[in-house]
Amino acid sequence: MASSRPRGSSFSRNISSAATSQIPGVKLGPNGTSFLSSGIPDLDQILGGGFTLGSLVMVMEDPEAPHHMLLLRNFMSQGLVHKQPLLYASPERDPRGFLGTLPSPMASKDEKPHERPAEQDSNLRIAWQYKKYLGEQNSEVQRGGKAEYCNDFDVRKPLERHFYSGQRVDCISLRDSPNLVPLLERCAAFSSQISKSDGNITCAGRIAIQSLCSPQCDFSDKDWDMLSFIRTLKGMIRSSGAVAVISFPPSLVSPTFLKRWQHLADTLISVKAIPDEHKELAKLLTGYQDMLGLLSVHKVARINTQVPAILEATTFSIKLRKRRALILECLNQAPVDGSSGSSYGTSSSCSGSSKTGNLDF
Amino acid sequence: MDNSRPNLLEEALVEDGIGSVKIQKRGRVVVVEDCVETSAAFVLHHFLKRSLQPDSSDVVVFIAFAHPFSHYERILRKMGCNLAVQRKNQRFLFLDMLMLECPDRNGGEAKEDGLLTLYGEIEKAVEIYSSLEGSRTITIMIDDVSLMEVAANGSSNHVLDFLHYCYTLKEKCGCSLVTLNHEDIYSSANTLPLILQLEYLADVIIKAEPLATGLASDVHGQLTLLNKGSACDLGSSNSKVRNFHFRVKENNVDYFYPGTQT
Repeated sequence: MASSRPRGSSFSRNISSAATSQIPGVKLGPNGTSFLSSGIPDLDQILGGGFTLGSLVMVMEDPEAPHHMLLLRNFMSQGLVHKQPLLYASPERDPRGFLGTLPSPMASKDEKPHERPAEQDSNLRIAWQYKKYLGEQNSEVQRGGKAEYCNDFDVRKPLERHFYSGQRVDCISLRDSPNLVPLLERCAAFSSQISKSDGNITCAGRIAIQSLCSPQCDFSDKDWDMLSFIRTLKGMIRSSGAVAVISFPPSLVSPTFLKRWQHLADTLISVKAIPDEHKELAKLLTGYQDMLGLLSVHKVARINTQVPAILEATTFSIKLRKRRALILECLNQAPVDGSSGSSYGTSSSCSGSSKTGNLDF
Repeated sequence: MDNSRPNLLEEALVEDGIGSVKIQKRGRVVVVEDCVETSAAFVLHHFLKRSLQPDSSDVVVFIAFAHPFSHYERILRKMGCNLAVQRKNQRFLFLDMLMLECPDRNGGEAKEDGLLTLYGEIEKAVEIYSSLEGSRTITIMIDDVSLMEVAANGSSNHVLDFLHYCYTLKEKCGCSLVTLNHEDIYSSANTLPLILQLEYLADVIIKAEPLATGLASDVHGQLTLLNKGSACDLGSSNSKVRNFHFRVKENNVDYFYPGTQT
């Protein structure tokens, strides 16, 4: 369609449908970039389409809860579903064990993720929180394509065997080596295999590194080594068709180096657990009981453009729909109910009474 | 928007009055600083575009640690400046330092090697350009200094040496030097010297910060611009601080004083 048109004017968009289908699981974005799905449909939507190909994504871990693993698992699972080459590194002794924890995609036909109103309602819609509908339409268009760009994953069901068969999954333990050279070599080999045919990207790859600076690794005290590793990795994947996701515990990095890490990241995300019984928060936010944690987006990759991405909200709640699929929702403030209102009243009356007491004597 | 009218950033840069514009065209040292929340890369792009205007013959030597050529090319093309053509016309020299490593293994000397060869390249280019006919300003741009430190494996002294060398080029050949750095990195005392020395040598300091009230879709942040001026011979300090908001667009940046946006 679009490809048959002569490209005379520089204003025409040269997004051809052929280009999208060439690489499975890759979607074309603005400014000549392409996107790779994060494995969480909502996160893709928040980031404007997914992780930008060639970008470095950093996830700041919560020190107490493994929420970053949810992101890493979905990210890698999506790669397996799309049959993309994967590289996984972690400080565990047996990094292959991670593969056993990957979630399985849900059958998309019978379990539509969004419980949509019935079709006949579609022409009679009141523009109430209309942005919800905009997103829905987008995802519907995606789903129309033959290969789904982003699946919903069932976090309770392990990935079936057949997804692993014939797949290239490299696993490295960060514990074995005293420095980062072996990891860097593996990453270099990995990214050179992806971009083999003269700069043309034939398939997209995914690199996930879990807890890069965790104290189990021998190099965790070499701040500059780790920085230069991240920088080299960033330069490497920029020219190849890969996305690297690095998670790290920010509390273990000294403050000045933490800023450097953050500057190096193209996309910066942090996850936080929320305390189980936090009365104040529970009162403030609706649906507090269902929340697993909070996800904040600090930075969105700006490749080939100078315009910053301004998100409508930067903090989202992580929830499980039907205890299975991971979803992200904007935080909604709960309406002030009667009881809290009265508590304000009582507090003011308390202070009032004390004031009068002061005046009297 | 009328593109021919100088915007607030331009005005602030040539503050000292019409008479001294010519002097101002001689080398200047500009330090651009930003933070995680607000990137100041657009200021670099602005300088790049200004130097490569078609009616001048100025030359830019661009040392890129942050992004590959295609990134800058795409951005500048939207701003109406074709870097690939300028590169062919010998007006834009792009040094891709994305994968520059100065390994630490053979002691301190090997570390300096990478930066030394880089400086050699710059010096050679500057000498060639300044020996050519016609008056032209050569601008050396570095994006960004903090990554240069990482490439030098943390020895900020070598980076400082490098920058001082570049500074002597300013004295010798009248080059301009534009560097981007991240201010929030240098919070602890032992990392402070680098940014302080850079700021001391600078004629113009441009800082980009987010709004105190957080990000908004129509105001992307604020710029604080300190122009130290060139009025040393009059004895009075001529430095001026300007502060304005900006909004970055694909082809252009809007600058406006707080609250004056229509």
